[in-house]
Amino acid sequence: MRRFEMIARSPVFVALFLSLAIAGCASKKNMPNSAGDLGLAGSAKPGSTQDFTVNVGDRIFFDVDSSVIRADAQQTLAKQAQWLQRYPNYAITVEGHADERGTREYNLALGQRRAAATRNYLASQGVPAARIKTLSYGNERPVAVCDSESCWSQNRRAITVLGGAGS
Amino acid sequence: MLIIGQPKEGPELMLKILRTLCAAFAMVMATLIVATLPAKAQLKLDITKGVVEPMPIAITDFLSGDQLGTNISNVIAADLERSGLFAPVDKGAFIEKISNPDAAPRFEDWKVINAQALVTGRVTKQGDGRLKAEFRLWDTFAGQQLDGQQFFTSPESWRRVAHIIADAIYEKLTGEKGYFDTRVVFVDESGTKEKRIKRLAIMDQDGANVRYLTNGKDLVLTPRFSPSRQEITYMSFEGGKPQIYLLQLETGQRELVGNFPGMTIAPRFSPDGQKVVMSLLQEDGSANVYTMDLRSRTTTRLTSTSAIDTGASYSPDGSQVVFESDRGGRPQIYKMGADGSNPQRISFGDGSYSTPVWSPRGDLIAFTKQSGGEFSIGVMKTDGSGERILTSGYHDEGPTWAPNGRVLMFFRLPPGSNSPKLSTVDLTGRNLRQIQTPNLASDPAWSPLLE
Repeated sequence: MRRFEMIARSPVFVALFLSLAIAGCASKKNMPNSAGDLGLAGSAKPGSTQDFTVNVGDRIFFDVDSSVIRADAQQTLAKQAQWLQRYPNYAITVEGHADERGTREYNLALGQRRAAATRNYLASQGVPAARIKTLSYGNERPVAVCDSESCWSQNRRAITVLGGAGS
Repeated sequence: MLIIGQPKEGPELMLKILRTLCAAFAMVMATLIVATLPAKAQLKLDITKGVVEPMPIAITDFLSGDQLGTNISNVIAADLERSGLFAPVDKGAFIEKISNPDAAPRFEDWKVINAQALVTGRVTKQGDGRLKAEFRLWDTFAGQQLDGQQFFTSPESWRRVAHIIADAIYEKLTGEKGYFDTRVVFVDESGTKEKRIKRLAIMDQDGANVRYLTNGKDLVLTPRFSPSRQEITYMSFEGGKPQIYLLQLETGQRELVGNFPGMTIAPRFSPDGQKVVMSLLQEDGSANVYTMDLRSRTTTRLTSTSAIDTGASYSPDGSQVVFESDRGGRPQIYKMGADGSNPQRISFGDGSYSTPVWSPRGDLIAFTKQSGGEFSIGVMKTDGSGERILTSGYHDEGPTWAPNGRVLMFFRLPPGSNSPKLSTVDLTGRNLRQIQTPNLASDPAWSPLLE
């Protein structure tokens, strides 16, 4: 149990676990969006960044060349918005990312477009837009690197990163 | 410090050389008629044809008291060979051993090994510590000297002198400017494939003399040379706010370009060096093209769409800007006036087009094309017609022109590795070469030639 807690608390392990889990997943529509979906919930302190990452899900995924918020992503963002309104002291940065099947400059712009779409959706769910900064990494920070959709689909993402003093 | 000159290479020396040469010939072939020498057609490689048979050229070791003469001739030979236009003859086949580079060689000895051109030279240390490098270029079949120059330089600049000599030979034999005395700025990549450490670096075009310009702490991308090649503009994620910077290469002095409300990306200098064109990523997710005047610090917006407009590149005369936009759906190449007027789409092929770069000659636009799961480097005329794909692969991206407009450098990733290396390809598409770099490398930008 101790080991499980350690793993669940470590964003690196969570991300790694997610990567492995998603890489083995055949349909992207059924991709788990949070560690909670994978049964890792329950150990994080409510209101902590771990709570957000594990129980809410800090990231959403996009289709190729698209910044449309998918139905599965809408669910995740609705949960994010609820949580963010309950804990209003966190500064929020939405990081947009692209897969590597594009050119560098375009991907930087595409990542920004995804971050903006994500921020707008969170705002539509009641999170003040002024509270949310956006940043694009383009294809500079892939989660997984391989030559197939199993990796690229994980990299087309927007991550809601919490900063500042939490409650 | 490099002094280029032809102090004695005016008509006087040429005459003297001709006389020496004629005397040498007279001894070998008593029937030679002096008057026929200038009448012979000058050796010239026609590089306007689609397929060029590389010209065999013998590049002898420059005379010197040490290894330096050999080193210089090796650099010259490597430059010319990499161009794909020349085939240096194996030194093991040489018959004549050059002992006096001022005297005419025994042309028969070079003709018999099929060396159409011959390079001889000498490098000597001067009393003041500088090096003097001299070379002569000979047409072996016409039996005449085509070029002869001498250069003075500091000893540590010996590679640069070799490149300058290679440029002189290239220009004399092809009729086009060379591109060997140039440098490349690029992004050196190390670290894991998920989180690369990226450093700005600069090197000679042949991969030698790599020097690092940033320490890897901040993510840096897309460095581009100024026309004076004294500074570069690039993008850095410094301080968590990705923006465009200028960096003076000699002093290391840095400054921010503009103070925009959002991220700025994809910078490039205008041909006069007075402006930087770039894209501003806006709150609504659009990207638009802006310029900043480096003297007045005023910014001008060139495009106003809700699309992604980026990758702007000026025409060499500064009157037009080519850029990529997905305003029609997928990224395609557009052209507009330098003031943003009259944007028109020029790419219409299958797939998507990005990273357009106007040729320094003004006649072509190079691009990255994505189609059928492949990434290609290609060129098209400036009206979008005459598209030619030069090389294709899993991921070939980001062409940059050699200053003579004949060769493109780009970066290439093998499948699924995130491990880019630099390569060059010429306009025929037949001469593809990888550039050796100490680590992985991406985002190359070729410097202009120094005038």
